[in-house]
Amino acid sequence: MARVLVVEDSSAMRAFVRAALEDWAEEGVEAIEVVEAASGFDALRLLPRGTFDCVVTDVNMPDINGLELVNFMRKSEHHKGTPLLIISTQSAERDRERGLALGADAWLAKPFEADELRATVRGLLSRGRDGSAPTGPTTG
Amino acid sequence: MDHRDEFISEAQEIIDGFGRDLLVLDATLKSRDGNRGPVQVDPEIVNDTFRAVHTLKGLSALFGVARMSTLSHHLEDLLDDLRLGRVELEPKVLDVLFRAVEVYGQILSALRAGEPEPQRAVEELLMSLDGAVSRGAGTASNPLADYDLDPGLLGVLTEYEEHRLRTNLAQGVGLYVLRVKFDLLTIDGALDGLKTKAKPHGEILTYLPSGEPGDPDTIELDVLLASRQTLEVLRLELEAPNIQIRPVPRRVTKTPPAPPLVESEPPQTVYGGMEPRPRKTHLPSAPMADEPPETPIGGAMVRKPSKAEEEQAEGNAQVGFGLSIRGVAQTVRVDIRKLDHLMNIVAELAIVRSALQRMTDRVRADPELRSLGLEMHRLSRSLDRHLGDLQGGILEVRMVPLGQVFDKLARVVRQISREHDKDIHLVITGAETEVDKLIVEELSDPLMHMIRNAIDHGIEQRKTRLARGKPEVGTIALNAFQKGNHVVIEVEDDGAGIDEQKVLTQAIRRGLVTEQEAATMLPRDVLAFVFVPGFSTKEGVDELSGRGVGMDIVKTNISKLGGVIDVQSEPGTGTKMTVTLPITLAIISALVVVVAGRRYAIPLASVLEALVFEPWALRTIEGREVMSLRGQTLALCRLEQLFGLPSPVTEELARRFVVVIGAGAQRLGCVVDQLIGQQDIVIKALGKSLESVRGFSGATELGDQHVGLVIDAPALIEEAFTTSDGRHAGRRAGSEV
Repeated sequence: MARVLVVEDSSAMRAFVRAALEDWAEEGVEAIEVVEAASGFDALRLLPRGTFDCVVTDVNMPDINGLELVNFMRKSEHHKGTPLLIISTQSAERDRERGLALGADAWLAKPFEADELRATVRGLLSRGRDGSAPTGPTTG
Repeated sequence: MDHRDEFISEAQEIIDGFGRDLLVLDATLKSRDGNRGPVQVDPEIVNDTFRAVHTLKGLSALFGVARMSTLSHHLEDLLDDLRLGRVELEPKVLDVLFRAVEVYGQILSALRAGEPEPQRAVEELLMSLDGAVSRGAGTASNPLADYDLDPGLLGVLTEYEEHRLRTNLAQGVGLYVLRVKFDLLTIDGALDGLKTKAKPHGEILTYLPSGEPGDPDTIELDVLLASRQTLEVLRLELEAPNIQIRPVPRRVTKTPPAPPLVESEPPQTVYGGMEPRPRKTHLPSAPMADEPPETPIGGAMVRKPSKAEEEQAEGNAQVGFGLSIRGVAQTVRVDIRKLDHLMNIVAELAIVRSALQRMTDRVRADPELRSLGLEMHRLSRSLDRHLGDLQGGILEVRMVPLGQVFDKLARVVRQISREHDKDIHLVITGAETEVDKLIVEELSDPLMHMIRNAIDHGIEQRKTRLARGKPEVGTIALNAFQKGNHVVIEVEDDGAGIDEQKVLTQAIRRGLVTEQEAATMLPRDVLAFVFVPGFSTKEGVDELSGRGVGMDIVKTNISKLGGVIDVQSEPGTGTKMTVTLPITLAIISALVVVVAGRRYAIPLASVLEALVFEPWALRTIEGREVMSLRGQTLALCRLEQLFGLPSPVTEELARRFVVVIGAGAQRLGCVVDQLIGQQDIVIKALGKSLESVRGFSGATELGDQHVGLVIDAPALIEEAFTTSDGRHAGRRAGSEV
């Protein structure tokens, strides 16, 4: 079971992402459990308390924006290796570039299809598994 | 996977918020003095409108709501320009935005009804969108170039945040960094506290969480604040043991090349380059960790957990995780039909409870089973209490603040007053008063009509007002408050008032009263004529409410909700319409009566009056029993005959009553044996098998272990008339005992 943290301030969008990722039962494919965060702060609350195999975050959020979350995670010992996907509007090119420069692994432009999201997250998850830095809870 | 309902309700919420923000912006524009300087609008509000439309765009595209998506796309462009200062906020821009709120509303209504999105409204709006925007001004020079800001800082700002930073710097506003430390569990409240305190002093540009590995329960943030205040003032106002403030100096001199955009080297605050002195060794958490806080703001808790606590926290990682997730989703959207269903179950349980209570009484009456009976009685009492709590709980969930509909009215006032070139000040009190959601939804049309009336017929033209010594700006007050089991909404204007004489003249002309009657009428009764269909004293017919239809529809709509409307007016001073509504539709007030030993409930909304039955006053017209009521003929109905119940042997022996019920213009006198009194009831729908039975809207628990049928007045009246016409007489006769 892979656990994905979804950071997004729209509840309908969260529900969509959850459904897209969780209702994804295929033979031989690891199931995904989605944990929702409704704001950047929620994400900060949740991050130290669980192991996440991937984080999907919106960019445009009040208070702590997605870029700041990316920056925070990349600077943190425990989360610097967690695969990170940012979702933003097609037009917000500059925000996207900044996100990637800060260390996000991939981006998706809204609106996207459930399939696209799955494929991207799947790619990030397998990269995370093969890759070097596993993510862990803040113990120690 | 159908999240469409979720989408619709979230979209509705966003649109409501969008509309509220527009009203704030509108107020800002209006407050601008006569001299047309640049408007100081709250950038946060403008950004909120952008974010609202931005979210709508994403959502509608996701859910395949194409026109809403297109519309949002165009609006987003406009709002993006607004928030980035490329377009100035003007009244005509606001007009278009307000119209967008209406069009969004139309789209959502169409979606709810399963209809296609309105095409014309969207297209027209898109056209006017193009017309309203004059992008000119061009962006100002780049103030950031003059400052040596750390590119690391720019790296985490969204385009909008960067724009706000630029704007503030260009205006010579100072920059400060607040290093704050919050407990993660209480951060929302703490942050709100900080925002509230900081708001009067400047603009918070962004919050940067520190990447330092700290303890898992607290978080350090660098809050970037743009403020014109001096450091001393800010320290005095904002500083707390968990909040440290330092200024970010403005360096106009160019410095050596900035560090790379993304630092991969040791943890460092992202804009360390802005430090006044090279204090790069300064570890952000160091100076604060050891100081126990004395007065943390906003409930923020700053406490260094002991080693033992830390260990325990780690051991409980899973538990903590669960807690946090609960914290995320504290509200759920629920379809109101589900609540209706729950209420129906409660009503059913109440009926079961009555049966149980009756059995209990039988058991208690048996001397051998007395102790068992007592036990049952206790349990039944407890069930009673919990059932009451459950019912109360469900009712509470249905309640929403009236503010929802008031916001909509504020937009209408703005729109109509512009169309009419009348300045109107809308004063709202009691927006937090809560009413059943269904009532709130049905209220907006009648209230809107009342407000249109007030603006159209009530508030005078500017010149007239000045001539009458009134303030140029008219006032409409919208007051809501709770009064017992009812909610009262008043719509009061300081306009011309209603001319009683004109109303009377019109009433006489239309034959509603004779001149003799008119001479002795009370003012209250005279004003009641405004609720007569087609009644209008206004000579001309205009765009708004003056077509002579309106107030009667308002009255009908209010009655449908079980409410009443009343009008008071003082010529020259103003008019006050008072709407009194039940708090919920799930519970109704009913008159409980007895017919042939059985109890029935008649909804009070249908009861006109109750009188003592006088058999000697009966007459028979066309085979139907009638009596005379204040000079008018009232058809009577013997309920026991209609229901096929045994008739009382001699009716002269007992005092009986006539309950006059009404539906529309029809009235019917129902002969009943006894009036028990008024009671609030929850109606339980009759099951499928009884669906075809006419005259009843359901069953209810009537207290004292009685279950009774609830009379559906309109259906009963229809049934009574068709029966006495003889069409159903055969069937009825057969069932009579």
